[in-house]
Amino acid sequence: MTDLTVRIGPLELANPVVTAAGCGGTGRELARFFELTRLGAFTTTSVMLQPRAGRPTPRVAETPSGMLTAMGLPGPGVDSFLERDLPWLAEQGVPAIVSVAGNSLEEYAEVARRLNAARAVAAVEVNLAAPNVEDRGRMFGRLPGPAAEVVRAVRAATRRGVPVLAKLAPDVADLVNVALACVDAGAEGLSLINTMAGLAIDPVTLRPALAGVSGGLSGPAIRPVALRCVYEVHAALPGVPIIGSGGIATGLDALEFVLAGASAVAVGTALFHDPTAAPRILRELEEALSARGIGRLADAVGLAHRPPGHVPPQISPRRGATRPGRASEPKEKLP
Amino acid sequence: MTDTPGRAAGLQTSATVLTVRQVQDYHAMTLVAPAVAERFRPGQFVALAVGGADTARLVRRCLPVYEVKPDYGGTVEVVFDHRGSADPGTGWLASRRARDRIDLVGPLGRPFRLPRDPVRCLLVGGGPGAAALFSLADTLRRRECTVHFLLGGPTASAVFGARSAQRIGDSATVVTEDGSLGGAGTVREALPKVIEESGADVVYACGPTPLLRAVSAVATEFGLPSQVSVEEFLRRTAACGTGLCMTCVLPMIGDDGVTRMVRACTDGLVLRGDRVRWGDLGTIPFDALGAPRALGGAL
Repeated sequence: MTDLTVRIGPLELANPVVTAAGCGGTGRELARFFELTRLGAFTTTSVMLQPRAGRPTPRVAETPSGMLTAMGLPGPGVDSFLERDLPWLAEQGVPAIVSVAGNSLEEYAEVARRLNAARAVAAVEVNLAAPNVEDRGRMFGRLPGPAAEVVRAVRAATRRGVPVLAKLAPDVADLVNVALACVDAGAEGLSLINTMAGLAIDPVTLRPALAGVSGGLSGPAIRPVALRCVYEVHAALPGVPIIGSGGIATGLDALEFVLAGASAVAVGTALFHDPTAAPRILRELEEALSARGIGRLADAVGLAHRPPGHVPPQISPRRGATRPGRASEPKEKLP
Repeated sequence: MTDTPGRAAGLQTSATVLTVRQVQDYHAMTLVAPAVAERFRPGQFVALAVGGADTARLVRRCLPVYEVKPDYGGTVEVVFDHRGSADPGTGWLASRRARDRIDLVGPLGRPFRLPRDPVRCLLVGGGPGAAALFSLADTLRRRECTVHFLLGGPTASAVFGARSAQRIGDSATVVTEDGSLGGAGTVREALPKVIEESGADVVYACGPTPLLRAVSAVATEFGLPSQVSVEEFLRRTAACGTGLCMTCVLPMIGDDGVTRMVRACTDGLVLRGDRVRWGDLGTIPFDALGAPRALGGAL
């Protein structure tokens, strides 16, 4: 039995596979396909202060190995969420990571404050890709300063013992700097990465394919970018837990993220394609770890950063690991 | 499917292709999927993954079900339009052969609501979506309803199921825009006369969005309830079909009179025609719940 537990600040999850914000609906839609308790945690769609209709359709365009979406953060608003969705998630017995967003600093803080009344919140994830109305609609997470301000406001408004995670988009000049600023502002963990801005044009209408013109690119198309982001941030901040996301569709994808430095992985676009992707990825990840003789998931986090000269156990596709034992205790040295 | 003990056994299956055949302008594909066939109710749809195990196409194709049969434990036949479409995904579906496997999720969505008493039903269809009317006709028949058909399309080859409709319907009217089959004209033009002649108590419709809009309007004029399947809208807007992605939203008036953006896949596929704000499809009406206010924009 592989030990799959994950620690994110004061929060402990039974396993590292969580849903990505905005990809698991309310949870009810996925519960038709598998028991939600098989997830390490369920991340909600971004909760905002007011109900929000979002953008008009078309909201999605299929792109090679990915999809482009412009949703406009639709949702029922925090009060409806607290009344209808969160209690239901609590009933299922799955930890809820609540994603929060706002049009202004005050809105973020107010949403976080209202969430305090609910005991079922396992963690708060700050969606820093929301547009800042006071900054011509550009996202908060674009620069370290505004990102840190939002994280600080949410951290101050959130109960102690509930970790605050900052979710960052890769379309920034220096992601490591933004991550550092968020951690300094009190974020106990980071979620990397949100979607990347992209565009598709419809060859029939000769206009942008999405009503929102540009959209967020997700899916395996952005996996290498996501992996690079996780690697860089983990190198700079090895002590900060990261939830890695971006095109994870198999257990081996998840393993790559763990080796790059992610303590947990979030599955998003894959759920649209395969509603049972999350439990499948968990199973495949567990198999991949035990095939490599890794008994504890935590030991694999960031393994790819080890200096050269440490030889990992040799793995044969037929016989598995030649040397059982903990990969984190390399015994062999290159001559 | 060891990951889903009991809860949703059969909601997602790897279905085996039995046949793919061309029917006029469309393709009809029969898949062996006993669990889906067993639970299917008329008006529901299935969401198919395209491109095989290592596909680069992540959007599921949501297709109406033509009929389910008990052979081979249970088969599901879906109809789709590939000829007029630039979508390589449906091209992949069209090129499947017997014994190929396709990952299928279904049956999904809310089915057609059925009348409690034996009444006169008018079934209106156009395009490949008309396929969904035939399993409905069977079910209505079993409830001793009379079933009248009105089918339309631009040309004869675009009208799905004209012959079946003539065989099983108490009456069947076909109209084409070029007059190559049945009367010349559109469904909208023919509908009032057909409603009067059939003495319909309820109208069911499935097909392109403009047709549904016309049917809902005419039915409301006659004071009749309309049940419409927004399958074409779903095909154009959806990514998953399972209610997760929130991309297939349309403005609908609720029981409380408030307009909300609802998902075609979970609140539909079949909706009350008089409740859909057809003129506002593809927009967020300013009075919808959560519509962007003047300042702050729809960001």
